[in-house]
Amino acid sequence: MTADLDRIWRDEWGRLLALLVGQFRRLDLAEDALADAFEAAARTWPRDGIPANPAAWLLTTARRRTLDRLRAEAMAARKEPLLVVDARTQEEAQRAMADPGDGPAALTDERLRLVFLCAHPALAPEAAAALTLRLVLGVSTADLARLFLVAEPTMAARLTRARKKLAVAGVPFALPSAQRLAERVDVVATVAYLAFTAGYAPGSGPDVVRAELAGEAIRLTRLLRTLISPYDNQHRSATAHLDALLALMLLQHSRRDARVDANGALVLLPDQDRSRWHGDEIDEALTLLGPFTEAPSPHDRRTTEVLLQALVAAEHAVASSAALTDWRRIAGLYAVLEERAPSPAVRLARAVAVAEADGPQAGLVLLEDLDESLPHSHRLPAIRAELLCRAGRGVEAEAAYQRAISLCANEAERTHLIARLAELDSGQPRGR
Amino acid sequence: MKYLVLIAYRPGGWEEASDSQRAEWMDDHNRFHATVGSNIVAGEALAGPDAATTLRHKDGQPTLTDGPFAETAEMIGGFYLLEAPDLDTVTGWCEILPKGYSLEIRPCISMDMSA
Repeated sequence: MTADLDRIWRDEWGRLLALLVGQFRRLDLAEDALADAFEAAARTWPRDGIPANPAAWLLTTARRRTLDRLRAEAMAARKEPLLVVDARTQEEAQRAMADPGDGPAALTDERLRLVFLCAHPALAPEAAAALTLRLVLGVSTADLARLFLVAEPTMAARLTRARKKLAVAGVPFALPSAQRLAERVDVVATVAYLAFTAGYAPGSGPDVVRAELAGEAIRLTRLLRTLISPYDNQHRSATAHLDALLALMLLQHSRRDARVDANGALVLLPDQDRSRWHGDEIDEALTLLGPFTEAPSPHDRRTTEVLLQALVAAEHAVASSAALTDWRRIAGLYAVLEERAPSPAVRLARAVAVAEADGPQAGLVLLEDLDESLPHSHRLPAIRAELLCRAGRGVEAEAAYQRAISLCANEAERTHLIARLAELDSGQPRGR
Repeated sequence: MKYLVLIAYRPGGWEEASDSQRAEWMDDHNRFHATVGSNIVAGEALAGPDAATTLRHKDGQPTLTDGPFAETAEMIGGFYLLEAPDLDTVTGWCEILPKGYSLEIRPCISMDMSA
């Protein structure tokens, strides 16, 4: 029963919520009412059995709760700001409510409106990410607090503020116009990727939790891809962006089980047990990237960035061992990425790839003018130390390691750097 | 619903601008007026912050001070009061205005006096 209800929650939450929002124009009410309906289901279904049409049952129950609440508010003469919903959308939602149909498939799917509402540029990206996961996927406030590493009241306050801003500022519950579609999808994609990377930030809580959040972000991206495709028949640019993003997420996510060892310590890419990578996810990502490998250029800037990162991840995914990685190709991809979207982080990554392809000296040259733009980064001196070490310049490597250690705030990485310095001092650097 | 669009600009920007630059900005405003039309409820350009007077109550007494609310790098140079169905419509219109502006878009609360 719990498994059935969980599945129904995952499949139906966003759609039912969107219908309630369409009719009642209140995010807070719709959310509370739908959560109540699921609670009622958890209480009564084990006794009475699962209704023939669970979605319709939930919707009817939630609708009744909403009307009760509205009646109570009217008695107390309270007035809450209403979302902007055009008359047609509201009518359609009302019709779907009045006749929920024979099966859940008959219900109108308004989830895309809900995605564009939550992931609106008028909200701060972190708030938009949390709100989207809450409203579209039904992730609970308690889980969101755990996933984003804040106290539950903090997360609840963040969500309340975001919901209120959407209503008061007049953000419409509507699909963006055709000419705005690509840029609005960019915002949604940024929100999804933010949720994804929040899961993979180093030191951000236990790995199980991190993988869970990344999994939710992938679910959001998948859903968005499915929903957007009928609206994006002109240039397919939004679809291209989402394909590249989903591929990038899947490739990074596929390594989750190999990322930590039995003691919970971080395992770096070259040392990971590749048999523990999720092959099905890699295959899916490679299929998504297939159409791009021929001509990765004619896309907008954001899509190109995401695509190039995905192509780099794909190179790692197809190498059967770290030693067989095609570093020359990766260095080439980073060179294109730097040309399109220059940043110190991209330069660092490119320097590492170039060092692997052409030797440490070539990598060191690329690091030369980075000190000014990355004065506080421990990564720059750490990479420099590694390359100096490989180039046989031990004294300089030692100084660079010391600098990296003094700048590093992450415990796991610090431990790793101290160990490398000790190896160097004992005259037995572990060569790679 | 009504929106107030506050126009902030860098002091001295207008004075330093070339004639062709100024003409371009005027064109932007003209296009804005042509597009938004009767949805502009009101709109004015304001005299500089050195002409501002601020009134506050101190110990129950109204007190005047010379100057604007707060000294910032950007100054309010004008405003539009617009009637629009939603925020997306307003931001769409605002994109027509000169690119050097920072525009703060604030929804007006509809006061229901009967409630």
